[in-house]
Amino acid sequence: MALPLHTRGTVAGHGASALYKVLSLAEALRQDFPLPRAMIDLRELDGVDLSALVAIGAGAILDKDGSLASPLPTLHSLTMPAVVAPGDVVRVHPSGQVNVLYRRGANANTLFATERCNSQCLMCSQPPREEDDSWRIGEMIDLLQLIDRDLPVLGITGGEPCLLGDGLVEILRTAKQYLPNTVLHVLTNGRLFADRAFVRSFDQSAGQVVWAVPVYADNATDHDYVVQADGAFNETVNGLHNLAERDHRIEIRCVLHRQTVHRLQELVEFLYWNLPFAEHVALMGLEPMGYARSNRDKLWIDPIEYADTLSQAAAYLWRRGITVSIYNIPLCLLPDQARPFARQSISDWKNVFVPECQSCTLREACCGFFRSAGDGWRSKGIQAIESKAIA
Amino acid sequence: MNEQRAIQAASSTGNYGQLPFRFMRLDTGQVLVTSEAGDFHVLDPSTFAAFARREPLADGNTLRGLEAKHLLYKTSPETAVRLLATKLRTRKSFLRGGPSLHIFVVTLGCDHGCHYCQVSRRLHSAGRYDMSLETAAAAVDRLFDSPSPHLTVEFQGGEPLLAFPVIRRIVELIQARNVQECRQIVFSITSTLHHLTDEILEFMRIHDFQVSTSLDGPADLHDANRPLPGGSAHELTVQGLQRARQALGDESVSALTTLTRRSLERPKEIVDQYVRLGFRSIFLRPLSPYGFANKSERRLGYAVEDYLRFYKTALSHILEINRSGYLIEEAYAKILLSSILTPFPTPYVDLRSPVGSGFGTLVYNYDGGVYASDEGRMLKEVGNDTLRLGSVTDDFQTLMRSPAMELLAASGLAETLPGCSDCAFVPYCGPDPAGSLSRHGDPVGHRAESEHCQRHMGLFRILFNHLAEGDPATLGIFEDWVHGVPSVAKAA
Repeated sequence: MALPLHTRGTVAGHGASALYKVLSLAEALRQDFPLPRAMIDLRELDGVDLSALVAIGAGAILDKDGSLASPLPTLHSLTMPAVVAPGDVVRVHPSGQVNVLYRRGANANTLFATERCNSQCLMCSQPPREEDDSWRIGEMIDLLQLIDRDLPVLGITGGEPCLLGDGLVEILRTAKQYLPNTVLHVLTNGRLFADRAFVRSFDQSAGQVVWAVPVYADNATDHDYVVQADGAFNETVNGLHNLAERDHRIEIRCVLHRQTVHRLQELVEFLYWNLPFAEHVALMGLEPMGYARSNRDKLWIDPIEYADTLSQAAAYLWRRGITVSIYNIPLCLLPDQARPFARQSISDWKNVFVPECQSCTLREACCGFFRSAGDGWRSKGIQAIESKAIA
Repeated sequence: MNEQRAIQAASSTGNYGQLPFRFMRLDTGQVLVTSEAGDFHVLDPSTFAAFARREPLADGNTLRGLEAKHLLYKTSPETAVRLLATKLRTRKSFLRGGPSLHIFVVTLGCDHGCHYCQVSRRLHSAGRYDMSLETAAAAVDRLFDSPSPHLTVEFQGGEPLLAFPVIRRIVELIQARNVQECRQIVFSITSTLHHLTDEILEFMRIHDFQVSTSLDGPADLHDANRPLPGGSAHELTVQGLQRARQALGDESVSALTTLTRRSLERPKEIVDQYVRLGFRSIFLRPLSPYGFANKSERRLGYAVEDYLRFYKTALSHILEINRSGYLIEEAYAKILLSSILTPFPTPYVDLRSPVGSGFGTLVYNYDGGVYASDEGRMLKEVGNDTLRLGSVTDDFQTLMRSPAMELLAASGLAETLPGCSDCAFVPYCGPDPAGSLSRHGDPVGHRAESEHCQRHMGLFRILFNHLAEGDPATLGIFEDWVHGVPSVAKAA
């Protein structure tokens, strides 16, 4: 059911790795996107005059089986044809590797800014790699021009996007130009925003960007331990205040695990008193990937053990007018009163359900599970819910 | 994956520095510690002793709690100081807009003969003590001189409805002017509700009036407090209440209790009468020591301890009623708890530092005098014009730079006053220069003899004892009072 983001195909006429907007012929002719960037999907269309496509300046074609004798660069014979559909943006490598960088209609689309990071969080699902990947800046700027203009939300993640420095400023400026109606949801640890001059360089993005910043504790000791970086708490908290002073939108996130749940109530009290300008707080179950797997013993706690604490913490914020969400925790593990806060938060391509879910009446409203969650991450509380008991 | 730096979960409870704190011993034996910005933490006595001496704390969670409340810092104080400064700025942000509560005393006329009356009453005689239309127009100009985007216009008397034509004129002038000004304006009136007519009710409905009346409890108590020649004040008030609720909605009509010495014997009956009449709020404020109240104090007045004993019983009774399912708030507790349990500024002008008088409130008297507070004009009624800013015909700058305002500025900041500056409750409190002037002849006064100080210390103690005891049902009720009762969970 979940569709992967990569496949392979056969390429002809591609000199180097290139980005294309896959479009039906009809949509390509509307010229919402520059024709040289369009890959016309001819898999379901017969009798198209290829020389006419050359004449109007189309960039490439996507063919079913390579039977077309095309003068244009061509991608055909995809191993998994369903992975690529009109509206998507793909990166095609001369080797035949095809990556979907933007998928029309997906529940989450995200730009991957960099593999680098200045923190080393115990539960990082995407462990950083110290290598120069600044080529991504140019690719993101290209990609932004090919994304559907009516996209409501676009994520930007990493690594730590702020490590791109002026590159991130440039990316956000491009997004403002091409996607003025899209909210940009940027996952950052916020540490570099401790520098007021750096914050000012994002003035033009205030209002369009929601900076989603994790705060793992109400005190520096615990937070710095979780992110494995001395001084991080102070940098992040100062950064958040610097952003708020420039009218930026802010979301606070906390990943729930053994090192964070023991002071969860104190954390939300700290947020209300010290960061009341946050428009949203997301309390998130652990994604068992990356460092989280190797640190399982430090991190694992069955969500049913902290479900009541979580429920109270969520209600505390909600009572005080702060929008609150619970991510990545299946509804069967949450008390009734916490279920209205739960969201279907797991991206399509990572999302699975377990056998118990088949007879569960809440399945349609549930986030389900991460594909990566094996038996070692299984809660004792997983069960089918019989009646529709959503409060 | 072992490239992670090995930062260990710290267990050290030794090295820390203190941030500015104030403290107070509670009846539970515990010690309340408050930060410069009003964060608070309750410690057991031995932990407090260690903290006060900057000795290692045995419990890592206590250390973390004190760090999170900005009472101590671990490595360097800069971030904590910045957050404290921001919180202090937020708490004091009521200062930004200037005066927002504007009281129009439209008449001194009244048909009651209340023994404790706060203002010099005049017989209801041919409008001699009504505000003139010229004075009203000038007062409206001063109202709009105030830079505040939110304005509350409160009509008081005497019995303000005896001068309804003046009220109507003022509201019309304000509404006409506000087409350009676009301020957010709330109208309110304090009235016995004995003189309501359909015309008055329709006018109040159109202009969205908040109505406050006086209800002292059971009929015999109310009528003993408020003698009305030839009738029962209680009966007329209840009738007015019902008409006002029908026309304006239950939420727009509230009541204040005047507590005389007689009242103090009957805390439960007073509360029960409010419940019987369907109120969701009761405000148990003691008698104000101004105006006539001063002279008749010996007969009607009472000691602070008597009031606090009454209040404690009444509050317990109110909590009991809430636990049994009928939701009713005690407004005084709600006001103080909102200061204690949130980082936001108080809308209550009578307990602010810098003082609400003048900085938050202006009073336009029927005769054109402008005062810093309701109490200011009452002082003038007994011959003391220290808190008279000037006349409605003076310009705003002149009024705000008057000697009266200078006096209030110099004596109105609790954090600098003797007896207040080291009080653990000061982040939630405010000084009372008008009361000190009236009782001691100087605006600073002496805390040990201050009714205002003893009363609020006592109230804060009662509330903090509840908070320290931590009974979940009580805390839940307090939370409902401060944040409102949650409707059906609608989380999205």
